[in-house]
Amino acid sequence: MPVITYRQALNETLREELQRDETVFLMGEEIGIFEGSYKVTAGLLQEFGPKRVIDTPIAEEGFVGMAAGAAMLGLRPVVEIMTINFILLAIDQIVNHAAKIHYMFGGQSSVPMVIRTPGGGGQQLAATHSQNFEAWFAYVPGLKVLAPSTPYDAKGMLRTAIRDNDPVIFIENLALYNTRGEVPENDNYTIPIGEAEVKRTGTDLTIVAYSRMTVLALDVARRLQEEEGVSIEVVDLRSLRPLDKPTIVNSVKKTNRAVIIEEDWRSYGIGAEIAATIQEEAFDYLDAPVRRVAGVEVPLPYAKVLERAALPSAQHLIDAIHQTLAGTR
Amino acid sequence: MSEIATEAWMNVATNNQRNLAEEDSEQLRHYYHQMLLIRRFEERTGEMYTKARIGGYCHLNLGEEATIVGLMAGIQSQDYIFTNYREHGYILARGVSPGAVMAELFGKDTGVSRGRGGSMHLFDRATNFMGGYAIVGGQIPLAVGAAFALKYQERDGVVICQMGDATTNIGAWHESLNMAKLYQLPVIFLVVNNGYGMGTTVERGSAEPELYKKGCAYRIHGERVDGKDVLTMRDVTRRLRERAQNESEPAILEAISYRFRGHSVVDPARYRPEEEVRQGRADDPLQRYAQVLLNAHIIDDAWLKQIVDQVEREVQEAIDFANDSPDPQVEDLFAFMYATPVANTPGVSDAVVAAQIAERGA
Repeated sequence: MPVITYRQALNETLREELQRDETVFLMGEEIGIFEGSYKVTAGLLQEFGPKRVIDTPIAEEGFVGMAAGAAMLGLRPVVEIMTINFILLAIDQIVNHAAKIHYMFGGQSSVPMVIRTPGGGGQQLAATHSQNFEAWFAYVPGLKVLAPSTPYDAKGMLRTAIRDNDPVIFIENLALYNTRGEVPENDNYTIPIGEAEVKRTGTDLTIVAYSRMTVLALDVARRLQEEEGVSIEVVDLRSLRPLDKPTIVNSVKKTNRAVIIEEDWRSYGIGAEIAATIQEEAFDYLDAPVRRVAGVEVPLPYAKVLERAALPSAQHLIDAIHQTLAGTR
Repeated sequence: MSEIATEAWMNVATNNQRNLAEEDSEQLRHYYHQMLLIRRFEERTGEMYTKARIGGYCHLNLGEEATIVGLMAGIQSQDYIFTNYREHGYILARGVSPGAVMAELFGKDTGVSRGRGGSMHLFDRATNFMGGYAIVGGQIPLAVGAAFALKYQERDGVVICQMGDATTNIGAWHESLNMAKLYQLPVIFLVVNNGYGMGTTVERGSAEPELYKKGCAYRIHGERVDGKDVLTMRDVTRRLRERAQNESEPAILEAISYRFRGHSVVDPARYRPEEEVRQGRADDPLQRYAQVLLNAHIIDDAWLKQIVDQVEREVQEAIDFANDSPDPQVEDLFAFMYATPVANTPGVSDAVVAAQIAERGA
């Protein structure tokens, strides 16, 4: 099976969906002539022309709302927000409009649109360019929020998102764009929204993760298996809304221990939601408190040494795993 | 009229020398019928609100009947309409049944939005009435997107984007004007200038109080019309619509209007000078239009009396329909969450459990 990057997987999917469906079009800042700030849309303007690949002015609220309005008339816009930090300018159109229209008007209009945007820190981009806002959107009924961790999932989930009739926030991660993985050619597979995946099976402890933290979790699980003989199960959420609670709960019922890792800030984050779910639905199965590994709650600093201290790392995860296993194995 | 309000009437296009002989009399009477329907519907809506049959916020179109009916008379069935939350009259004039509108205000399952939206969120797919929007200016980017879709799909039609005067101060207005012009989209921004954004006068909110000029930075044509003159409103709308359609050009249409009551049903509007309110109400678009029709012998006193009775019945029937309609089913609490169903979302059983607990506590 061919090995491609996460970026290539996204680019191929956009190309295939543009070919497959005339109603699909792309819009965003610098996605055409500039080929995308992170080159996810490279070559697409050339191939599909300016009707299908639309460079917008810097007007996030305006063009996100435009996409929603176009979707109400039957088009399928795929919007790129250059990084998730800029999505705040569009939050009224996403939360008060795209997320509400189908329900509030009694099902008379769907809003089939996708907003793709990368989050994540670790690139020394400092406080305003390194954030993770997925929890803000996962909080909102009416949205679907996806955060794939591998090129394979990125492709299957972006396909599903574009063909779905609801507004989908599709969270990418700057540090994932160059990661590689196997993706089948000429295979029209899709990955359902709302379903997590057990990416690695184990018996001693469950790690719950999503996006880039899944990659980190899988690496830690492999190392601890080799170095310490610990059997770790990794649940990759993939979908943050809807959240696949049964897969999380079933895994914890089997392993009896859980550590959650997320790149966003700790308080009120995705991890808090999962920890609450586990104690509500698997309390009697737990042999240790559920632990969270997350970003330190500061505006992310620029200096490398400070940035490293603020972001969750493999070592933070390993320490949390050791604490969770201590005295109970 | 106060000094401020008088200033708003400068540069207003109006036409008092109209030749009604060339007009279809039936159509002219129909406009009056629609205006009166809005008038009585809104008066009775205010009454139903005070009787607690209607909840939430409720904004009336009293005083704005000519703007609304003129607009709707100037557009076509294939056109799309996005409005703000003061939209009861617009959806009525678009031809939606008063019963279904009143039922929505009553929160009934037979309402235009199935009781999910209420007064501020009326919607009717069948007539391309694409919603009332309650976040000021939220409808503007959506309307521009709809115009984009019409052009993309190479379909006939234009988009009407209605808003209040104060909406021209928000960022989404400027972003949307810029893109409407950049992409050459068939959209008409209708700014209903009733002199106030809640309690703030136009002059206190907008550095350029002649709102039709606010498109100049984007090279968008703008016009100001007398929104109390139904025929002028219709004719200008028609002309700008043809231009939008044929040249794929956006435009701003500012209709000078006056709301007879406060911002919402519960607003006593103490911020408006008494004399201004007296004059604003004295220049009643219905009376003005009735006089035009009487003078041209298109109607007579007997017709006026008959139409009052007819509208009274129509509005009473709407209230009766709303009253007699069923509430939405609690099982359907999550019914419209998603257009494409997916796993791990709440369903009927969750709705029933939530409703049963609420019922026990009621």
